[in-house]
Amino acid sequence: MPILECRELSKRFGRTTALDRVSLSIEPGRVIGLLGPNGSGKTTLIKLANGLLTPSEGEILIDGEAPGPHSKAIVSYLSDKEYLPEWMTPKQLMDFFQDFYADFDRARAEEMLARLGLDPAQKVKQMSKGTREKVQLILVMSRRAKLYLLDEPIGGVDPATRDYILDTIIRNYNPEAAVVISTHLIADVEPVLDEVLFIQNGQILLQSSVDSIREEKGMSVDQYFREVFRC
Amino acid sequence: MEWIFRNDLPIYSQLVEQIRLAIVSGVFTPGMRLSSVRDMAAEAGVNPNTLQRALQELERQGLVYSQRTNGRFVTEDANVIDQNKRALAQGQLAAFLDAMKKLGYERAEIIALLEEEA
Repeated sequence: MPILECRELSKRFGRTTALDRVSLSIEPGRVIGLLGPNGSGKTTLIKLANGLLTPSEGEILIDGEAPGPHSKAIVSYLSDKEYLPEWMTPKQLMDFFQDFYADFDRARAEEMLARLGLDPAQKVKQMSKGTREKVQLILVMSRRAKLYLLDEPIGGVDPATRDYILDTIIRNYNPEAAVVISTHLIADVEPVLDEVLFIQNGQILLQSSVDSIREEKGMSVDQYFREVFRC
Repeated sequence: MEWIFRNDLPIYSQLVEQIRLAIVSGVFTPGMRLSSVRDMAAEAGVNPNTLQRALQELERQGLVYSQRTNGRFVTEDANVIDQNKRALAQGQLAAFLDAMKKLGYERAEIIALLEEEA
């Protein structure tokens, strides 16, 4: 059974159509790149999957159910915005996550904090933007979730941290969980992906495996993307 | 070992070729135990499913074998390794000869040039 499924899913904001009859399905054990230009509908799709938005038409199912308590227990979401309260420390945030999510693996979070040299007692307020992003990512990746929805996880971090994030995604690989990464930095994530979804103007243009694009087009997904979305 | 991927070929086939090369050149020694798929994938920076498929292909070709509980190993069969080495060498030779022919050299001249070089 797919972990994420959309059937004729549409989302409108007033007269703007953000998603237009999207149908897709994502199986467990896959790492998927959600790729599209700015404003194509990536974040809207991820927010619908989280239950932060409700569909205008059609449906979205997580593990066979509409977003709700069950999906929140199995979906780990990295927002494209900072949401950590400024007065909290990583230690307090870990307490918080532990209370909220049965699947939170505290030992894993502590190990990742240590590996990146982050101080569990430092207040979020005193952290740089990059450090805040790292803490957020560590919390999200430390859950033993069934579906990870990562909205622009590598957008604002330095190349060494970017490598660490991709390494974390590979090392956390679980055949029962799927990872969806939305990004426009395709070249960096491409080798880590099974499949890509190209999205434009709220519509899915293509769902394909990375290697079949390379096989059929004789170019990388990054190069193919530039060709498809040439301005 | 260093993993480098070109843009114009599937990652899967590049993994097969790089591991084959590591085996015939002795970077991966006969009988050596390979790291787990997860560790190897992290080291190469690739998707674990893609690496898994590459290893299955190498298994099919007899270059690696798996033991149900212990993991995957490089073959100890010297014949298989030699055959693969030979095939890779022939590929290099064919490409070389082709390039030399395009430069206008005949077979005898190429051989003479090679002797001089050595």
